[in-house]
Amino acid sequence: MTKTQSEAGPDLAALSKVAVPVARVQSVSLSYGNTKALVDLTLDIPAGKMVGLLGPDGVGKSSLLALLAGARQIQQGRIEVLGGDISKGSHRQRVCPAIAYMPQGLGKNLYLSLSVEENLQFFARLFGHNATERRRRIDELTAATGLAGFLNRPAGQLSGGMKQKLGLCCALIHDPELLILDEPTTGVDPLSRSQFWQLIGHIRAQKPDLSVLVATAYMDEASHFDHLLVMNAGTLLAQGSPAQLYQQTGCNTLEAAFIQLLPPELRALHQPVLVTPLAAQAEPVIAIAAEQLTMKFDDFVAVDAVSFQIRQGEIFGFLGSNGCGKTTTMKMLTGLLPASSGKAWLFGQELTSHDLSIRHRVGYMSQSFSLYNQLTVRQNLQLHARLFHLPEEQIAGRIELMLSRFSLKAQQHSLPDQLPLGLRQRLSLAVAMVHQPELLILDEPTSGVDPIARDQFWQLMLDLARNDKVTIFISTHFMNEAERCDRISLMHAGKVLISDTPANLAADHQDSLEQAFIWYLQQAGAGAATAAVSEPATLDQTAVPAKKPASRNRLFSWRRLFSYSRREALELKGDPIRGALALFGSLVLLLFFGYGITMDVDDLTFAVLDQDQSLLSQNYVQNLAGSRYFIQKPDLTSQAQLDARMRSGELALALEIPPGFGRRLSRGEPVEIGAWIDGAMPTRAETTKGYVLGMHLYWLAQQARLHGGSSTLSQQALVQTRFRYNPDIRSLVAMVPALIPMLLLMIPALLTALSVVREKELGSIINLYVTPVSRLEFLLGKQLPYLLLALLNYALMLLMAVTLFAVPFTGSLLALSLSVLMFVIFATAFGLLASTFTRSQIAAILLTVLGTIIPAVQFAGMINPVSALEGGGRLIGELHPASHMLTISRGVFSKGLQLADIYPSLLAITAAVPVVLLSALLLLKKQER
Amino acid sequence: MKQQQATTQQGWRQKLLNIWFLLQKELWSLWREPVMLLLIGVSFSLSIYLAGSSLPETLHKAAIAIVDEDQSPLSLRIQSAFYPPYFVKPALLALDEADAALDAGRYSFVLNIPPEFQQDVLAGRSPALQLSVDATRISQAFSGAGYIEQIVTAQISEYQHKHRSNTTLPVELVLRARFNPNLKSAWFGAVMELINMVTMISIVLTGAALIREREHGTIEHLLVMPVTPAEIMLAKILSMGAVVLIATALSLHFVIQGVLQVPIEGSVLLFLACAALQLAATTSMGIFMATIARSMPQFGLMMILVLLPLQLLSGGMTPRESMPQLVQYLMLAAPNTHFVQASQAILYRGAGFAVVWPQLLALSLIAATLFWLSLARFRATLSKMA
Repeated sequence: MTKTQSEAGPDLAALSKVAVPVARVQSVSLSYGNTKALVDLTLDIPAGKMVGLLGPDGVGKSSLLALLAGARQIQQGRIEVLGGDISKGSHRQRVCPAIAYMPQGLGKNLYLSLSVEENLQFFARLFGHNATERRRRIDELTAATGLAGFLNRPAGQLSGGMKQKLGLCCALIHDPELLILDEPTTGVDPLSRSQFWQLIGHIRAQKPDLSVLVATAYMDEASHFDHLLVMNAGTLLAQGSPAQLYQQTGCNTLEAAFIQLLPPELRALHQPVLVTPLAAQAEPVIAIAAEQLTMKFDDFVAVDAVSFQIRQGEIFGFLGSNGCGKTTTMKMLTGLLPASSGKAWLFGQELTSHDLSIRHRVGYMSQSFSLYNQLTVRQNLQLHARLFHLPEEQIAGRIELMLSRFSLKAQQHSLPDQLPLGLRQRLSLAVAMVHQPELLILDEPTSGVDPIARDQFWQLMLDLARNDKVTIFISTHFMNEAERCDRISLMHAGKVLISDTPANLAADHQDSLEQAFIWYLQQAGAGAATAAVSEPATLDQTAVPAKKPASRNRLFSWRRLFSYSRREALELKGDPIRGALALFGSLVLLLFFGYGITMDVDDLTFAVLDQDQSLLSQNYVQNLAGSRYFIQKPDLTSQAQLDARMRSGELALALEIPPGFGRRLSRGEPVEIGAWIDGAMPTRAETTKGYVLGMHLYWLAQQARLHGGSSTLSQQALVQTRFRYNPDIRSLVAMVPALIPMLLLMIPALLTALSVVREKELGSIINLYVTPVSRLEFLLGKQLPYLLLALLNYALMLLMAVTLFAVPFTGSLLALSLSVLMFVIFATAFGLLASTFTRSQIAAILLTVLGTIIPAVQFAGMINPVSALEGGGRLIGELHPASHMLTISRGVFSKGLQLADIYPSLLAITAAVPVVLLSALLLLKKQER
Repeated sequence: MKQQQATTQQGWRQKLLNIWFLLQKELWSLWREPVMLLLIGVSFSLSIYLAGSSLPETLHKAAIAIVDEDQSPLSLRIQSAFYPPYFVKPALLALDEADAALDAGRYSFVLNIPPEFQQDVLAGRSPALQLSVDATRISQAFSGAGYIEQIVTAQISEYQHKHRSNTTLPVELVLRARFNPNLKSAWFGAVMELINMVTMISIVLTGAALIREREHGTIEHLLVMPVTPAEIMLAKILSMGAVVLIATALSLHFVIQGVLQVPIEGSVLLFLACAALQLAATTSMGIFMATIARSMPQFGLMMILVLLPLQLLSGGMTPRESMPQLVQYLMLAAPNTHFVQASQAILYRGAGFAVVWPQLLALSLIAATLFWLSLARFRATLSKMA
């Protein structure tokens, strides 16, 4: 074979020579806890070929692909990809623009809230293409995949097949030399699947040195590959071209050869599926009936007047392109979605969504995995068995049966998210069947499940249907499965095209159900997308002028950084409620607190136990009651009452005037008045104390003047107190400048923290692992939009403080704004730091709120000055930028401070930024562990 | 058939069993997330300890400076009267330094003793001392000014008495603070922090757990099973409520009573009963918010918007009676207001049921209302969640 030299960079040129494998795996082992995924695996991936990776579920295929793509950290052994050690960061940085990786799962690495165009733009920017180059590539790729008409549709609303095509476009946007696809066609309908492979074929024709490595569960696809690797239990069983494998095993189909290659104990599990036809019934019992069932979402008709009848014990297959309404129909039958119009009956009983009794008789398995990741396999089964009210004594036996039937025994104590896709699907199936339902509604139950397990599962279903008269309503993309159904319906664009037995349907199309399927769909107008594929001319132009992106290996790229910023900004734009909550929420809070929090203590309640009842004692009480600080409550009558009323919190102050007060005072004998203050709230108590003392002294002075006595009081010095900066001691003036920093800390931190953890939780973090974006670019890119949002927020709050609250602004606007800029950089960086510690969004929320509310409210000096704090709180208060920001904010608002006055505090805030950002950078991993 | 029998038997027993099974699921979910457990642990121990141990006495180490233009024995006497813990040792400033020092926020108070002060006092001319207070430090401004006035007055009287006939004040005011004789803020701070944590953690746990079920599609699975929305919601409320209640009890016993040595006057059980009612209200609130929020970030923001007013305006931070009337009325609808009142009464004043029943009643009403509101909303939105 001769290959043309590619346009690859000079350092990679050598790799395109045939003899050198594109990747070498040497003695690689990988384990997750106690589970061994790969065991001392050694293999070579030949360059420039289409290589297939086959094997049962959970044998380490996905792990191997992730290792090769550099997405996962190598635990043991050595892997060379494109001529270098992939465990070295520098090599990954160099070659990752040449590797494209599509992880398992529909649209796993896509951003579902972003449109097709926006997703493609995002990836193109990450790989450093300029605007014209991006446009050209996107236009070409989308034209070739038939996505051109859907550029503005959010990725989340694409059908499964289209999502996978988009994923492929995103992977191909940067001319990779190694394309790694992990089950790219799982869950994709046959038409889209054939289009997908045609597309790959065209790309390879244009770029012959492209190496493609595919894991797949479809044997018919794999039989067209150049080279196959068969894996089991973390080791390599066999390799070679399909022809070599046929020769080695003496089989003539790949499916058979695959089964032959498996170790005997696994092979023994496999028996050919025995299809027995459904016995004709004189008066068939109808299990499911649907009449003119229709579902409308706004003006989009998902299911259009679908009618069918399914007999008891029948296996009824539902086929159709992705997004044709199969899932919606199934959801209506389970009662999950109320139909817009039309009726459905289960076992002759009309379906209403509130009917609990019917749910016992139905088992449902949804398309996407929807079991609890926090419960083990066994606990999931147990929960479902119990909720379906299986008698407790039968549950253990039932679970054992399910575990053995679906070969999940070894994994019974594992958590589902640690399991490969195929095993998770089995668990979902087991859960749907655990309560022995009479009707099973299964939405693509075998997607991603290996051939042996699929056959086992079908045998099981056939037995259930024939022996136990269980009715099965199933959707599938596997034609060999469709052939086993008693009847199938073809669905397209919400309508049932035709319903018949598989044999009748295939009869007119060379006995191939797949051909029949494609024919019917094209008749119905689904062929539009194929037209583009059959025109390789569009792709011809792709490869020829392909320019290498200029900034391939650059260590830092603004374009990649902005790519993440844009993505984040687009998501914010698509979720206006989030932005509105962030902006206007803080204004509402400012309004609420500005008026609500007040440190002024007045309207204190007090009552008197006057045991004297003299004029003088009444005069004393009048003195207190007349002030604006105190409100008099009905007099106390006894010590016991004093006790009770203080206990209930009714009184903040109780006075006890002893008997003979007036008499003794006139005689000049010393008298004591008792004052009891409620100390439960110390701030209030202190203030009360001050007031009472003041009033007491005032009264004494008054008395002295009245009686002209030679009291010392009248001649004493006077303390003139001036309250500075806030002469009316308005709490507003003190609180508003303190609230602004608090809100500027909490909200931006929360938003940035969630933006990172969200990617972790929903899977798109993989783009950080496998694209050239660096950790710094990723973090700063994420930070930028929230930084701008926070600054806008600051401007609005400032405006509100000055106008609505009329808080005097006496200092330098520049000084405040500069400090706020540094402060929100800190706040957003803190959110990033919090995100590196947490995996789930719940934990991120909790951590950020704890990490911001506590220091901001308690220790930053909002209510108590930092200088008055003690211990750990004092330390937090001294170091935390929030307290410095508070000093600046109050100083600039009320004290007329300028930049020169605040720079020590500004420095303290600025110093915190690199510390926090660096910690976040160091804690963020560029590979999955 | 078996299944049909099961359906007919579904009664209250089955409902309770359903709740019990779902509740176990919730607890497992929490248990499998070590970071969450750690954060809850920290919230109920370290943060409460910090709040209890760092909060100052109201007037604690107040920074004061004195401009002494008199330099007389009396002015020295006044200087030496300010000492810790109420004040830091006063700094002496020149007259022209005073304004700059206040501007920079180095001192909360500057006392100016004018020239010839002692002479004027002795001559009975009632001279004036000037006290400048940084009123942006509002918590210290009032009580500090009061204290300083008292201290100065006392010093002057004592000084005068030495020079004159020895008389005492005709009426002595004996001040005693009840329930917290030394007005220790630690007592107050720790319990208020506990209340804040109860509110925050319970809202996060229930609300975010529901959003997670929605984002991961697990709610769909519950909906095809013979369980009602009420059972799903009750399981969430009960499980998370129980976790927080246990954490509260442990924290009260080990951190507040144990490490911080705060004496608890009243019945801990009564307090926990109040906490349980509060939890019923806050967990319902969490569910309600989760039915409104469409994504976790929205929920997080909404939570901040709800949590801050609950914390700051419930009377736990600043006295309720001095808030504007409107805010006071509005906050009556918040469970925290009543919980704070009841907790203060029970824990500090040793109040019993006879005293706090109005708060308990209010809490029950709020909890019931919130529960029914969120159940109605949960029912209405559940089908859209799948």
